[in-house]
Order: sequence, then C-alpha cells, then structure tokens
Amino acid sequence: MSASASLARVVATSGVLLARSSAIIVLLAGWELFARSGKVTMFVLPPLSAVVERVWADAIGGDLLRNTLLTLYRALAGFLIAAVAGVALGVLIMRSKISRWFFDPIISVGFPMPKIAFLPIIVLWFGVYDLSKISMVVFDAVFPIVTATIIGIQGVERELIWSARGMGASDREAIWQVVLPAALPRILTGLQVALPIALIVAIVSEMTMGGYGLGGAMLTASRFSNSRGVFAALLEITVVGYVLVKGMALLRRRLLVWHAEADSPATA
Amino acid sequence: MTVAPVLRYVPLLLLALCWEAASRLHVASSLALPPLTSVAQAWIELIEDGELLPNAMASLYRCAVGLGLSILLGSILGIFMAWWRPVNIVVAPLVEIFYPLPKSALIPVTVIWLGFGDASKILLIFLGCMLPVTIGAFNGARGSDRALVWSARGMGAGEFRVLWDVVTPSAMPELLNGIRTALALSFILLVSSEMIVSQEGLGHLIGVLGANGSYEGMFAVVLTVAFIGYGADRAYQAIVRRALRWQLQ
Repeated sequence: MSASASLARVVATSGVLLARSSAIIVLLAGWELFARSGKVTMFVLPPLSAVVERVWADAIGGDLLRNTLLTLYRALAGFLIAAVAGVALGVLIMRSKISRWFFDPIISVGFPMPKIAFLPIIVLWFGVYDLSKISMVVFDAVFPIVTATIIGIQGVERELIWSARGMGASDREAIWQVVLPAALPRILTGLQVALPIALIVAIVSEMTMGGYGLGGAMLTASRFSNSRGVFAALLEITVVGYVLVKGMALLRRRLLVWHAEADSPATA
Repeated sequence: MTVAPVLRYVPLLLLALCWEAASRLHVASSLALPPLTSVAQAWIELIEDGELLPNAMASLYRCAVGLGLSILLGSILGIFMAWWRPVNIVVAPLVEIFYPLPKSALIPVTVIWLGFGDASKILLIFLGCMLPVTIGAFNGARGSDRALVWSARGMGAGEFRVLWDVVTPSAMPELLNGIRTALALSFILLVSSEMIVSQEGLGHLIGVLGANGSYEGMFAVVLTVAFIGYGADRAYQAIVRRALRWQLQ
C-alpha cells in the first residue's frame, strides 16, 4: 500500500514538474514562433534560435567566458568587501554608543537613497576602471547588510549572551561564538538582498563606463544596433543571475542546517 | 532611540562641515569635491535657469506611471497566484527565473522595443518593479487565515467578495513591503536608464553636467536625486503606518 502511495506521489510531483517546466517551454517556443511569424522585425525580436546561435558563437570565441568572469569578478569582489565591512560595521554599531550615534542617521538616510546616482562622482574620483566599478558595488551593497546585521543582533536572546558570559566567555568569544551565529539567519537574508543589487550595479557601471563584461558587451551591441547581441547578453545575464541567486540560497541552507528554519526562505 | 531629533542628525551636519572644510582647505581638489556651499549655489542656479524642474518632472512622471502599473498588475497577479493553483503552476516558474535577473540588463532591450523616450523607461520600471510587488502579494495572500476565509464563505460571501474583503487586506502588510522594495528599485532603474540612454530627465542632466565639467551642478543634481529617493521612501513609510493602523488594534 505504501508503495502505491509513493508511486502516486511520484506521479503527482512529476506532473507538477512537467506543468512547471512547460510554462518555460511555452514561453521559449512562443518567443521563437512570434519572432518568425513576421509580425515583428528581426530587429525588435530576433528568434530564439538566432540568439542561441549567437551565444554559442560567443562561447566558442571565448568572449562569453571572459565577459562573464569580468562581471562576476566585479560583482563578487564588491559583494565580499561589502559583506565583511557591513557585518563589521553592524557589530561595531551595536557595541559602542558613539558609533551608533554617528552611523545611525547616516545609514537611515543612506539606505533608501538611489546610490546609483552617485556613479558619475565615483567615476570622477576613481576613473573608469575596476576600482570605481567595485567601489560602486560596495557602496550600494553594504547598506542592506549593515541593517540586517543590526536587526539580527538586536534579535539575539539576552539569555544566550548572559549564559555565555556566565560560563566565562570573553567579549570576543561571545561575539564570534554566540552573537554572530544567532544573528546569522538575518545576516544571510541581508546578503541575499545585497547579492542581486551587486549584480545590478556591476552591470549598470559596465554599461556606463565600458570595459567589457556582460553589461559592456550588451551596450556595445546596442550601440551598433545589433539586437541579436543584446538579446544574447540578456540570456547570458539571466543565467548568471539565476545561478548566483540559487547558489546563495543553497549556501544558506548549508550554513543553517543546525537552525530551526525548516526549509529555504519563501522567495517565490 | 531617545536622543532628541535635532541631536540625532548632528553626524550628518558634521559630515557636511567636513566636506566644506576639505575642499576649502584644499585637502581635496575643488574639482573632485566642490565645496558644499557652491553646490548649493549651483542648485539654485539650476532652478532659476529652468533646468532642474522640467527634468525632475520628466523623471517623476516616468517613475510614477511605471511604478503605478506594476503595483496594479503585480498585486492582482500575486493574489491570483496564491488563490488559484493553476495560475501559480504557470506563473511561479517564470517568476523564479526572472526574479534573479539583474533588471538593469533590460535597459538596452526596452530601448530596442520602444526607443529613447518616455515609453522605454516606463516599460523598464514596470517590468523591474512588477516582480517584487507580485512576490509580496503572493506571500501575503498565501498567509491569509483559512478560518477567516471559511467563515466569510459560511456567511455567504462570493469568491470575489472573499478575495476583496478577506484575502486582500490580509495580504496588505507583505504587499506593502514588496511595494517599498519596488519603490527603491524604480529610482535605481530610472536614474541608470536615464544616465545610459535618454534625452531628458535627472539622470540625463547629471550626465550632461558631468560631461561639461560643471561639477558643482552635477553634485547638486546627484544630491537632489538622492534626497528625492529618500523623501519618497519616508513619505511612503508614513502612509503605510497610517494605512496599517487597523492591524495594531
């Protein structure tokens, strides 16, 4: 009986899987058919097959790998710096009154600002190379991480810290072994917010400053009215974004196996 | 925080003073960091010349239309996804694929479709902001209390009545959170698309001033954009607090 029940479950889940992937298949097929129907020009919507061909050509020519690595380097370097600096700043703010007094208004004003507007100023200061692109990513990604760290630390139960202290933990030990692990779910949520931002900013700064990368390649194609190139870059960027965000969710599950949080956070 | 509100913002004042001092004392070159007072002067000149306001209106118009459309369609879609399973099965995988897409990658695509004007920016903001709103509405509506739905049905409410009177209000907190994310995103997309391709708007003005080397003006417009974004978020939060007062009771 249990075998038939599990069989039924397998059939049901595979049915749902089929239905889910069919939405994507229908979308892709619809793209191809609509582009070939003659209702739109090749410029407005090149057929999927032509776009895939172009992605393939990029892949063989080595452009795809180079541009992807450049964009990933800029986005992830900035993201990692923002992660370390953001968590450190959050801890500092929660530990000392003076730094809280100083940083609290700056963060509450800076967080909702569209920081991308500062891009020309960053260019003025640091030029158009990787330094300014990475600085821009750090500047944009650090705010959600700081606020998440602060909220996470605020939510740590006082009893946990007291008992660690009671058992003779030093200040440093209490932070590393009690406060940060207990605040980790919130901090990871902050990182999950910051990662897509890092990617958005890396791509925008590549579009405005040039210097290859997926965003740069996309804008070059756009300048030459090469719409196949634009859509190929869009496809590549979609895949990169998907892999990064999924990877982050996996990392979260790995890091929080000990935590009560039963499964992955509800994003969709 | 118990600090008096005036005292609270002293650090910002300190930063402003440091800025002014750094460029007046030539710690930083006045090209790279024009004194705050000359930035303020440039701001007033930009308003008097009639440069700032028309561009700001153009930007805000794009933002408002794009965001408005995304809120309208996004919340309807999200609530239907939570309410009706077939919609969920069809739409959820699409949401899952497009959610991680860095929305700035859509800038050249919307330009190909709709050109350099208002329409491409509105489409960009609409597409970019739609997903956070949809996900907020979906998560909120999914969490609505089954017992409330059953009792509404038991009292003879029709499907749409239940959707409107029970599911939508209980989706509100998460939905409003999603809209806040969308609001921030709309400014990011607006400014970056205007900096990359456009003929008017605040982002365009920043680019033009920077290219002409009038950095005081550029700083002035950058700060204007930053504070419009900040002000919009604050205003939104105030409205939300009023709208959700029933929840606290």
